[in-house]
Amino acid sequence: MSTMDWQAFALSLRLATVTTAILLVIAVPLAALIVLGRGRWLAAVEALAALPMVLPPTVLGFFLLVLLGPRTAFGRGIAALLGHPLAFSFDGLVVGSVIYSLPFAVQPLVAGFASVDTALVDAARLLGAGPVRLVSSILIPLARRSLLAAVVLSFLHTIGEFGVVLMLGGDIPGATRTLSIVLYDQVENFDYAAAGHTALLLLGLSALALVAVYATSQKRGSARRA
Amino acid sequence: MLSFSLDSRRGSFHLQVECTFASDWTVVFGPSGAGKSTLLRLLAGLDHPTNGRIALDGRTLTETAGGLRVPPGHRQTSLVSQQPALFPHLTAAANVAYGLRSPKYSGPGYSGIARAARARRIDEMLDLVGATELAARRPQDLSGGQAQRVALARALAPAPRLLLLDEPFSALDGVASDALLVRLQNWLRESKVQTVVATHDATDALAISAEVLLLRDGRLTALGPAAQVLASERARLLGRLQAPLS
Repeated sequence: MSTMDWQAFALSLRLATVTTAILLVIAVPLAALIVLGRGRWLAAVEALAALPMVLPPTVLGFFLLVLLGPRTAFGRGIAALLGHPLAFSFDGLVVGSVIYSLPFAVQPLVAGFASVDTALVDAARLLGAGPVRLVSSILIPLARRSLLAAVVLSFLHTIGEFGVVLMLGGDIPGATRTLSIVLYDQVENFDYAAAGHTALLLLGLSALALVAVYATSQKRGSARRA
Repeated sequence: MLSFSLDSRRGSFHLQVECTFASDWTVVFGPSGAGKSTLLRLLAGLDHPTNGRIALDGRTLTETAGGLRVPPGHRQTSLVSQQPALFPHLTAAANVAYGLRSPKYSGPGYSGIARAARARRIDEMLDLVGATELAARRPQDLSGGQAQRVALARALAPAPRLLLLDEPFSALDGVASDALLVRLQNWLRESKVQTVVATHDATDALAISAEVLLLRDGRLTALGPAAQVLASERARLLGRLQAPLS
């Protein structure tokens, strides 16, 4: 594999790690709000959080490109604040990835939190637990597997992201060129041998992460049966 | 003193009760579906009435007219349901400790004094319900009766002013239940905790021998001493049995 591939590999890992960390900070309270909150407006929140899943990545990438670019006051404001435009930068990719992968973090957490017995939630509330304590001491420990699934899915989804990255970040080595962009370039150049290596690397990474998740769940399952 | 005036609609069920409990122990007696659990959940603040007011010792906890809803954890009220609902990832002792959040038990930086007071309180509560030897066990290693004892200890630990018990002795055998009830009644009287017990079991209601509120189809149908209320209910049921024959 060429040096350029390793640079793209490192960039993809960095992007996925930063995105996953930000997603957890956003998705845990959002999922808790969806599960514990009351009100019809929560259906709109849940729908909005799921929207990126059904939206074509290029459409999302296009909207973000326009929003974060110099054509809008918002884009110009952000550029003035950061000293550079968000479009075609690593930071811009992080913003795009967080929005694009949001449902993959929120949905498993919503499912996990919703599966916790409401009697336990009531008991914790009666014993004085506020929302933060309720989430940290009851929901998260009892929905550990969902949290792990949210981390793995967010990470892998970001690693494999293509449409949003290409639209919002372009193909700048060391800044926005991720492994999936490298793979696209290699296929475009008919370099199938290099493309095979890149594709195998992506496949291996995804398979390894999933095996780790299933192995963890299986270990828990046997521990419970024992 | 607990007083309430509640009007609550859930689907086709309509609960409409107005009452003042002056006695330390009150039994809410009625058949399944009469609205006992609904009433207890409203008093605990877990559900909200359509209209109404709840006051405990002169402090208003719920008042729909003014939009007042004191959250469940701030009403000095504990509820123990038929289902103990112990936190499965915590030991029995950690379950009992969960509600000990006052500065006395979790002081600044969780000091040594607070830690010692906390440990003493956990021991005291587990001892009260006869569950000292269960401290290190997880809920999945407890029988139904043991879990109910730990749930009681957990509910009493934060020193509530109002204790709501929803069929709390259902998983205990008769002898164990009677012994626990005597210990509990003494402790609650000394600690000045007002207690409301919901049950459909007349034996439980008579054993507690307190003021009884008879609830039927979401309405209060009688309030008075246990023997008197239960005798009139017995007469009513017998009358209904005999009616088709006459």
